[in-house]
Formats: sequence, structure tokens, C-alpha cells
Amino acid sequence: MTTEGIGAAVLRKEDRRFLLGKGNYTDDITLPQQTYAVFVRSMYAHARIEKIDASVALAAPGVLAVFTGADIAADGLGPLPCGWLIKNKDGSNMVEPPHAALAQGKVRHVGDPVAMVVATSKAEARAAAGLIDITYDVLPAAGRLADAVKPAAPVVWDEAPGNLCYDWHIGDPAATAAAFARAAHVVELELTNNRVAPNAIEPRAAIGVYDMAGDAYTLYTTSQNPHMIRLLMSAFTLHVPEHKLRVVAPDVGGGFGSKIFHYAEELMVTWAAKKVGRPVKWTADRSEAFISDAHGRDHISRARLALDAKGKFLGLQVSTLANLGAYLSTFGSAVPTYLYATLLSGPYDLPAIYAEVKAVFTHTVPIDAYRGAGRPEASYLLERLVDKAARQLGMDRIELRRKNLIRVDQFPYQTQVALQYDTGNYQATLDLALEQIGYAHYDKRKAESAKRGKLRGFGISTYIEACGIAPSAIAGALGARAGLYEAAAVRVNPTGSVTVFTGTHSHGQGHETTFAQLVAEKLGVALDAVDVVHGDTSRIPFGMGTYGSRSAAVGGSALMKALDKVIDKGKKIAAHLLEASPGDLEFKDGNYRVVGTDRVKAFAEIAFTAYVPHNYPIETLEPGLEEQAYYDPKNFTFPGGTHLVEVEVDPETGVAEVVDVAVADDVGTIINPMIVDGQAHGGLAQGIGQALYEEVRYDAEGQLTNGSFMDYCMPRAADLPNFKVGNHVTPCTHNPIGVKGVGECGAIGVPPAVINAIIDALTPLGVTDMSMPATPEKIWRAIQDAKKKGA
Amino acid sequence: MATITLKVNRQAHTLTCAPTTLLVEVLREHLRLTGTHVGCDTSQCGACTVHVDGKSVKSCTMLAAEADGAEITTIEGLATGGELHPMQAAFREHHGLQCGFCTPGMIMSATDLCQRSPDPSEHEVRHWLEGNLCRCTGYHNIVKAVRAGAAGMRGGKR
Repeated sequence: MTTEGIGAAVLRKEDRRFLLGKGNYTDDITLPQQTYAVFVRSMYAHARIEKIDASVALAAPGVLAVFTGADIAADGLGPLPCGWLIKNKDGSNMVEPPHAALAQGKVRHVGDPVAMVVATSKAEARAAAGLIDITYDVLPAAGRLADAVKPAAPVVWDEAPGNLCYDWHIGDPAATAAAFARAAHVVELELTNNRVAPNAIEPRAAIGVYDMAGDAYTLYTTSQNPHMIRLLMSAFTLHVPEHKLRVVAPDVGGGFGSKIFHYAEELMVTWAAKKVGRPVKWTADRSEAFISDAHGRDHISRARLALDAKGKFLGLQVSTLANLGAYLSTFGSAVPTYLYATLLSGPYDLPAIYAEVKAVFTHTVPIDAYRGAGRPEASYLLERLVDKAARQLGMDRIELRRKNLIRVDQFPYQTQVALQYDTGNYQATLDLALEQIGYAHYDKRKAESAKRGKLRGFGISTYIEACGIAPSAIAGALGARAGLYEAAAVRVNPTGSVTVFTGTHSHGQGHETTFAQLVAEKLGVALDAVDVVHGDTSRIPFGMGTYGSRSAAVGGSALMKALDKVIDKGKKIAAHLLEASPGDLEFKDGNYRVVGTDRVKAFAEIAFTAYVPHNYPIETLEPGLEEQAYYDPKNFTFPGGTHLVEVEVDPETGVAEVVDVAVADDVGTIINPMIVDGQAHGGLAQGIGQALYEEVRYDAEGQLTNGSFMDYCMPRAADLPNFKVGNHVTPCTHNPIGVKGVGECGAIGVPPAVINAIIDALTPLGVTDMSMPATPEKIWRAIQDAKKKGA
Repeated sequence: MATITLKVNRQAHTLTCAPTTLLVEVLREHLRLTGTHVGCDTSQCGACTVHVDGKSVKSCTMLAAEADGAEITTIEGLATGGELHPMQAAFREHHGLQCGFCTPGMIMSATDLCQRSPDPSEHEVRHWLEGNLCRCTGYHNIVKAVRAGAAGMRGGKR
């Protein structure tokens, strides 16, 4: 059934309900007797709570309850856990301060929740929230990463002197020092990876429900991984066992990482539902999202690259400061270590690497995974550095990359930072990208831009990422506190339709279509005969959810395993009906056939027989056709490719416009080209957003100064070009589909290409550096500064 | 409290609400038409876009009382008899949606554009959509879908 199976650009099954306005997002759900929660949040970055007086609020109309830190402490609610233990250089553990759902005596960032009001309407809850009288003793704050490491900086946690959470390293310092000692050239760069806000258009929301009769809870929440939320709540925060806690993540309006984490609000509404005896609903405002959703990035790095006289890379040395915010979010500690520094070899043959990462607490919102998570920080650093090396050595930047890219015959390639790349063809993606953008005619375009008074620049980034997260044993050895396999169940119904249950979660990725395509491919059934169920712990056996471009590579592989089990059982039924040995049967295009004969049984007949087992090997085989599988990946997957950007800079205004983007990715086997292209587009938009428009800004006192869509520049339709997206496929060697993952490549590959293009455009004016976001003001100032120096 | 009469998706409603109630609150909470979404609190994202007397309006910027007597069309009122409106069909055909959250607003905004400008250029579409944010698609396929939807509307019944 190749017309609907792997490789077919079929239209999405899930679209119809969204197009008709019949999606079912968390805030769309209204339950009988529902009440509304509003959180009172700190307006200070750092303060001691001296007194909370809720008496007026409690007497206000419609108010059912006000909860504070004391209430959750009295009930023994556990702190929100961190899922990854990082070890310091000396082998000791990172500092892991408690993260209470409501502040315990102190607030540590603007937005830190202090109290929760529950009322019969949202308006009443809001009004009452304003009546809670909180007395703060305001303390000095460390609002910015660079300031938080200064000797006299205010301390976020007493147990973390110098605001240091951990001091971690990877690689070989001696080999790297030796490489620098024999280098003909050393290139140095300091850069900042700007702090950004994920900003899924659907704000977070949660509804807690308590069923007194069954003493059981249900939580509806905007999550990318409902089973993981249940696991964390059962084991660490709510202490209610799994069979008494159902977590549902219905339609979710985008996540990009920000909806992975276990947040205070989902714990609080669930806990409060029992306290008030009615469902409790909370929905974030956008301005609340800016001060309560985890942010992404925020690194300051110094990097040095050693090269020989001919431009071959000899060694890389990196030291990075990574902001964690005020609390350790669920995966916050893993992002600047195992998702970042392990990627510092990029697509290059780099014989020696040493990277040090100091992770730092600040009085800001926690930082955690945002699309790409660590890998964009690595590619930005490396690709900026390689471009600088080309300029410093007077070499062509494409040729310098060609000289150092890992060759096809070097796979599997063991990097110096723990990863082993299974396969790839970086030369092919480079060639394809250059062809797509028409590099041969670039000079003509540059001249044409110049005629219009514009400075045209060309930027390149050759990138790699590790995704398909993750082999559990490896992750566990590195400090992960969870397994990272995935689960799937396949229920073949009596009339031959198929229901798939997956532990991954689709919030834009189109799993309801691509997972159905895997079923169509394997079982030969029509796409319309397949339904994919996700996002409900009461319906799906288990799962770890969707992040790190893992759904197809890990969840899809689990589904393939389950489908193999279905086919095997069906073979036994077919063998019985055909009076043949199962070993003599083949399954192809939806039919079991005795090899070399015309004796055939269609899959639908086998399904029916499984549920109506009149003529059936009942002594040796159970009725029914339903199988379940868990898949734990053998390795990460390694998508990679080349991203090319052309910009036009107006030297009078400093406005940089991205006029062309051509990318060639290798995401492994493509299940649905339409969806793969769409994923690339979205990642590119977020990457260009980070490069040109977006930055979360805190002032030195820890006040967020651009916490709304009025102030934070989200890319709009007119800010972006069309994208030329191409693929060169080398299938992943270690999973049953050959898929690598596509969700993050755009956000990982493109930011350095944008900045490299801007620097290229401005090089004739003497500008040598540019930071993200490259706003018109920054570009204009850089041009003026260069003019002054030149004058 | 204010008593207002609205015709929503060709059906008349008389309802009582606080004078401060927003149109989007009436649609979502009183009438349970949850296809109209709220993605921000500053009238930037456009997820709440509906038609008021035929023109696209961000329903979070309008008091319900201001819409008294008006004819409102929401995303739920666009398809007829289960058949997708040409703009809805074009969004599906061109993969102009991913998570689906901005989609109703995008479609209501786009249909208004095409009523005013039946064959909009790419430039026109991109600038018209400045009041609608999408975080998933990078707009590439939305722009394609809107232009195809325009062609569908020109050729179709509406």
C-alpha cells in the first residue's frame, strides 16, 4: 500500500477537526461545577515573604479557597523534581535546591507563585487575587547571567555559593592543550546565545478533577508527555499512585519544549480539586506565560579553535556559562551539558575537544529545553567560529568546511565528546543546498542588490544534531533519572480497522497521520481504517512523550515492533486456515500467502477470525489481535545538513531582511514529505526569529522588561521569506524505519547562517561581529562604529 | 448586566452578561463556540478573529455589548453541511496548519482578505496577516493556502 505508506505526502487526518473549530484544547473543556484558579505571583525578583493576609480575599464574592506555601507544606506536597543529575568535575553532585509549587518563605523570580485563589468564576478569582495582602522584604537580585557570577552578586540559593549549580566538563583537556600547542592558527570567539521564550500560541492550561467515589484524580493539562507528568506526580509531588491519577493532554496548541516540564500549576489544580470538592481550572494569560513558562538558551561562551597551516581542525576548547534561572526545571540541568557540549564536534572531524560548562542560578524564570535544546547553542558557537576561522585564515568558508567535514567513509564516527554518529553524508547535503540557492550566480545577485543600495550577504551553517532521545542505559549512566524508551499498542478490530495507542504526543507534528502511514505500510490497510490515540494515560499503556525529535524514531519504532507482533500472530492464524506451516507463509500488501502459491488469506479475514475463533488453533493461540511493544533505542539519531541564508542589509536603517533560505537536511527516511517540509519551515522560522527578532530581556534587578507580544518580537508573516527545503536521505542504521527526526533541525541549523550572512554583508564596512538578535539598531550601531574606526 | 442580541452563525441568541464581557468570552463561555481561541492578552495574536457583519475583528478587542445586533460568523459557521469552505479546504491541501490553534483566526482573517482582494499577491497576504501569529508553520504554507483558498473562493459558490 505504497500510496499511503512510508514516503507518501498524504494529507493530514487530524486537520478536519481543527479546520472546523472542533479541536479540543484544555481551555475548551468545561466541566460541571467547575471553579477557576488564579495565581498570585511575585512582582519582585527576590524577596522574603514576611506576611500573607488573605482574610479580605476569603470574604470576597465567589471565593472558595486561598492556598499558600504553608498549606502545601502542611499537606506534604513534594517539590517539583529535576530529571537529570549532573556531576561536577570533582565527581560531586550538582546543587539541587527544592522547587516548591508555591513559594516557601522567599520568592526567587518575577512570576514565582505565592498564593492560589479558587473562586466560582474567573473574574471573581482575579478580583480576589488583588485583595491578598502580601508583605515583602525586597532583596537585591541577580537578574542577568553575566552579573550573577560576579563575586558580590546576590545569591539565589545559600547552598549554591557564587550561584553555581554545577561546574561540569567533557572531553580531553590534555589532548586539546597539545593540539593548541602545535597549531599554526588559533581562532578565538566570545558570544552570547540569547534568551528566548518558546511562546506556543496556546497558553498553558490545566484542570484538576477529584472523584470522591473512587478517590481518584484526573488532570487535563497542556502537556507534551502526559505519562511523564503522571509519573512525576505519583512519585514526587502529589504522591497519588498511578492507578488513582489519570492525566489527559488533549489537543495541545504547540509546545516547542515548553510543555514538557512538570509545572506548579498542574500540581496545584489537581491537589486543590480535592480541597474544594469541585473541578479547578487554570488558564494562563500570555503575560503570565512570559513569567511562568520555562525559557530557552541564555549562554555566554568563549571558544578557541586550533587549525594547522592548511586549515585542518586540530582542536576545540570551549567554556560556557549557562543560565538555569531560579529553579531547576525538569530537564534544565541536562540541556547545557549532554544536549549541548556533546554536539560540539558538529559535522566535523575534530580530533581533540575540551568543554567546560558552569551552570548558574539567577533570579529569573527557569530555563529548560526549547526547540533544539542545547544543540542550537552548539551549532551557533561552532558555525560562528568556523566562519571566523575562514576570514582569519583568508580561506573560502565553504572550502574550509569541506576540508573538515566527516567523510562518508569515516562512519560510524566516534566524536571526542561521547557520541558515535552512525551515518550521514555531509558533502551531499552541502552540495544540494548550494544548488538549491543557486550559489553559482550569487555574485550577480549581490551586484543587483548593490544597485538598489543594499548590502547582500551570504551565510552558511553545516550542522549536526543528536535526537531520537534516548538509549535509556546511556542516559541513565549520564545522570538521567528516567528511561527514555517509548511504548505503542496496536488493536486490530474485528472488522479489520486498527486503533494505535502511542505514548508520544502530537501537538502539531501530525502523528495521527504519520503513525497511521506506518500501519498502512506494514499491514496494507487503508489510512482511513486507522485511528491513532495519544495523550491519555487511561487509554495508552505507557510512554515518555514527545520532545527531542523522538516521536518517529522511538515511538514509531515501538509501533513497528508492535505491528511485527501483530503480523506474526496473524501468520499463525493464517497458517491454520491455509493448513500450512507459519514458516511457509509470507505477508505482503495486506495478504498472507503460502510462498510460491496462490493460496492467500487477506488481513481483514485474519482479524475477523481472531475475534470469531470458530476455526482457530485455540489450543495454542489466544483469540484477539492486539499487541503491545516497548522500544528502547540503541543510539541517538543524527540528522544533519547545510543551511544557507542570503540577507540584504539596508546600511541607512540597519534593517536586515532574509531574502532567501535554502536548506538541505538529512532527516533519515521520510514518512510524509509534506509534514517533514512543514516541520522544517517551522524550525526555520523560530531559528530566524532567534537570530533577528527575539530576546527575553531582564534588567539588572531581575524585572522582565518585554513580557508581552507588544514588546517581545514574534516573527510575523511579512518578516519571513519562503523556504527552499531539500533532503538527502541516508537512513538511520539502527531503527526499523531508518528515520532520524525532523522537529528541531530548522531551529538548530539556521541561526548561525543568518548571523554569518549579516557579518558577510557588513564585512566590506569593517564590521566583524554581530550578536543575536541582529536588530536594526544593533546593525546600524555596528556600521557607525566601524565607520568611526575606519575614519 | 447587559442584555444583548447576537446572530451567531445564522442563529439568533439573546443573552445577559456583564458590560465588561468581551465578545470572545461570550462566544467561548456563553455559547460554547470554542473554535475561537485566545492566545494573548494584548490583541496581537489574532487567534480570536471572527467576522462581525462580514469583516474580520479580533473578538478579544470588542465588548460583547458593542456587538449587540450584529451578525457574527465564527470558524464553526464557515463550513456548510460538513463540506469545508474553500479556505478551509486550501489550508488542508497545503498543510497550512500544524497544531491548529492559530488556524481558526488565520482562516477568518484570510477569508476577509479574499472578500476585499479576490486574488491577493504573496506580498499582500503576508502583510494582511501581520495581526495573526503562528508559531508552527513559519507561514510558508499558510501563505500558499491563502492564495489557493482565494482561487477556490473565486471559483466556488462563496
